[in-house]
Amino acid sequence: MTSTVDAGTTTPEPEIGKARSRKEDEHLLTGRTKWTDNLVLPGMVHLAILRSPLAHARITNIDVTEARKMPGVIAVYTGADLAEEQGSLPCAWQITPDMKAPPAPALAVDTVNFAGEAVAVVAARSAYEAHDALEGIDVDYDELPVVLDLAAAAREGSDLVHPDLGTNVSATWIFDSAEAGTGGNVEDAIRDAEVVVERTFRQQRLIPAFMEPRSTVVDPTGPQITMWSATQVPHVLKLMLAMSLGIPEHKLRVIAPDVGGGFGGKLQVTPEEVVTLLVARRLGKPAKYTETRSESMAAAHHGRDQIQKLTLAARRDGTVTGLKVELLADMGAYLRLVTSGVPILGAFMFNGIYKFGAYHFSCTNVFTNKVPTDAYRGAGRPEATFAIERIMDELAAELSMDPLELREKNWIRHEEFPFATIAGLTYDSGNYEAATARAKELFDYDALRREQAERRERNDPVQLGIGVSTFTEMCGLAPSRVLGSLAYGAGGWEHASIRMLPTGKVEVVTGASAHGQGHETAFSQIVADRLGIPFEDIEVLHGDTQTAPRGLDTYGSRSLAVGGIAIVAAAEKVVAKARPIAAHLLECAEEDLEFTGGRFQVAGTQKAVALTDVALAVFAAHNLPDGIEPNLDSEATYDPDNFSYPHGTHLCAVEVDTETGWVRIRKYVCVDDIGHVVNPLIVDGQVHGGLAQGIAQALYEEAVHDETGTLLSGSFAEYLLPSSADLPEFTTDRTETPATGNPLGVKGVGEAGTIASTPAVVNSVLDAVRHLGVRDIEMPCTPMRVWHAIESAQGGAR
Amino acid sequence: MRITVTVDGTSYTDDVEPRLLLVHYLRDRLGKVGTVVGCDTSNCGACTVHLNGRSVKSCSVLAVQADGAEVTTVEGLATDGALHPVQQAFHDNHALQCGYCTPGMIMSTLDLLSENPDPDDRQVRLGLEGNLCRCTGYQNIVAAAQDAARRLREADATAGGAR
Repeated sequence: MTSTVDAGTTTPEPEIGKARSRKEDEHLLTGRTKWTDNLVLPGMVHLAILRSPLAHARITNIDVTEARKMPGVIAVYTGADLAEEQGSLPCAWQITPDMKAPPAPALAVDTVNFAGEAVAVVAARSAYEAHDALEGIDVDYDELPVVLDLAAAAREGSDLVHPDLGTNVSATWIFDSAEAGTGGNVEDAIRDAEVVVERTFRQQRLIPAFMEPRSTVVDPTGPQITMWSATQVPHVLKLMLAMSLGIPEHKLRVIAPDVGGGFGGKLQVTPEEVVTLLVARRLGKPAKYTETRSESMAAAHHGRDQIQKLTLAARRDGTVTGLKVELLADMGAYLRLVTSGVPILGAFMFNGIYKFGAYHFSCTNVFTNKVPTDAYRGAGRPEATFAIERIMDELAAELSMDPLELREKNWIRHEEFPFATIAGLTYDSGNYEAATARAKELFDYDALRREQAERRERNDPVQLGIGVSTFTEMCGLAPSRVLGSLAYGAGGWEHASIRMLPTGKVEVVTGASAHGQGHETAFSQIVADRLGIPFEDIEVLHGDTQTAPRGLDTYGSRSLAVGGIAIVAAAEKVVAKARPIAAHLLECAEEDLEFTGGRFQVAGTQKAVALTDVALAVFAAHNLPDGIEPNLDSEATYDPDNFSYPHGTHLCAVEVDTETGWVRIRKYVCVDDIGHVVNPLIVDGQVHGGLAQGIAQALYEEAVHDETGTLLSGSFAEYLLPSSADLPEFTTDRTETPATGNPLGVKGVGEAGTIASTPAVVNSVLDAVRHLGVRDIEMPCTPMRVWHAIESAQGGAR
Repeated sequence: MRITVTVDGTSYTDDVEPRLLLVHYLRDRLGKVGTVVGCDTSNCGACTVHLNGRSVKSCSVLAVQADGAEVTTVEGLATDGALHPVQQAFHDNHALQCGYCTPGMIMSTLDLLSENPDPDDRQVRLGLEGNLCRCTGYQNIVAAAQDAARRLREADATAGGAR
């Protein structure tokens, strides 16, 4: 049934690089979706959670008698009811040996530490009835002092979030270039500097605000407990549930079905997941919990929230000689999965694309009575990039230099790669000159500078500002050894397997877990090229620990740069396994075979056999070489040696109405260098969305609490997620400097737009009003803040 | 209360609580889970459907208010396995990533184009202001809406020519 064929001469057009529209779209466009909340199981109960209205209080009594009597109610549980089995929600990142981490119950037992913390759960026949019954729960609280201000919380004598710890400081983490041997002593650099610029920036608290609210369904009735959850991390979740709840790992299965966005916000092991599991297990029935948007805003982890003090030392010619960074990072009330490590990721990025002689970084993690912070798109790197790109503009202003010239004076030149940075990383490749030159050209930089001068000259009420951001980031999280050296609790590899089906179709299983990224399309393109199989004949499977048993999921721009490389390695193994069989079928020596376009061909002849035919021959197993395993399926685990380092130059022009403070983005140009591109359509989409989130931080979004710790921006009516009317059209382009650390030359693109855009926008706002005496405006740069900044700089004289 | 509603061409008669929201009636009673809930303040528009031909946020309509009405959801657009031109334009222009806002975005786009068959960039942006998307930065959604407008105008012209 297998026959050799005459090889055709056509080689299929490469799939990598094609703007393929996505495989995953059709079911999303037609509403044939599998969101967790869609799931209905026989006998399923619906959960509703009662949350604390207070930010800090002792629970003195909970009376659930009335709730238990309400229609449809099956059970009501409090923290005390679940205390024996709920364990503590995990933190996987002990950044220092003496890091303080308070116990983190899923349901509060005796105290509540943030407004929105879960206090009790109702299981009822319907979601409406479960929510009704929350009214029947009576909780008595003794209020405790509320700790909200990050800087005040860090000081001696502050009221304490967790009195048992004796301090609000969780840990202090330090990197020093003199100690690490990567550079000089920063205090010497500051002492010897001709110019010192010191600034304190505020990274406001943000809410990830994925569009699909979190939802969890647990079925405890099979041999394994099955959890469906709107999560980015089914594998991490399974492992952590096993470890923190003491459930044998082989008795758990976690499925991430269609997941509606994450942005780091679903990189978590949540109280709600634990509670749903425990209630389902107690009742022996499937249970579903779906949060409301208001609950999501109050109780799902937030992002950012740092105070950043920077001291930059330089010479008058613009050469930067040292940078000192002192951070305060708000943990909120507990340490969730990677809360403690997020600011530490920034430690490696404050030096950006520059060559500094000395660097010192210290970060103090502080507890407050707010919902915990954790990963949010970029996680540590946007914060660092914002601070360095903002202060580079401040130095440029101080020296009356063009901000791009100042950067060029300090950046790593393309011929200097690979380059060992002051923060201890080795950047493998980059070309900042090329990206900047292209961005300037697309932006028409010189013309906009001329217009800016004219507007200033004529004292136009609408001033023009130009903002620059030349950024890099560490992507492809992460080399396991590096994570180990940072005391992170897991590795950073990724796994893939490829199944060759008898009919010539292919199943690709990846440990990455998509929630909008387009893995199915991009990974199909890679396999199509590597195996010469048509794009349409490849199915990518993911997001279920039963079908994809090994994986470390999706975050940190890692899916392509780590997961994609595992797929390449698995594909190479398939070809290697097929080669001796092909040689046997063609009656030739293995080394005479060339594999191209999906066929093994005898060199110099037209004799060939298709890989799909080898797959069929292997299935039949009638005519295989002696001793060979009848199986082409292959798997591979890839652990990167280094991070990848996307970079780019973003330029933003804003018009600022100095009479109203209104900011309008007039032009936004970005040139990103993410190495080779698998699918330009998907890449542009990632960049657009990233820009929107970065711009939102610069201009619109902020989680605001009142003096009692109540979240005021607690719904989409108050938290300003930008709409289509708030955002401009972006001009995106690319330069292509391949990564040298992986065979695809790819770097990752998920976070670039978010990281780069925030400083570009804020720099442009400052540039528009700097001549009026304004030196800084806190984010978000709302009309009110911009107007106030102008007014106070002008001494209220206008 | 007893209501009769036609949803995507099928008539349903049900007893419902007066407080039941239309979106929950669609999802929980009829299994029309293509329409989703994204917020609780009617800001996000993910739940947008058409009620007697006009777009409404189905989280802000009671099921009983839909008594006697015709409802169209994203599940009722494709015909004979072929995507509706708006769906096709969203696919071709990569106007969706996670896809959660997509049902509402498509229904709002249809409503916008029924009022303005040839909107410029600004008109699309203002027209879709009531639908939030966290993934795309809207650029490709705007492009898709204009592409869909073109397709619908062309289809109209063809149909007009045939008459």
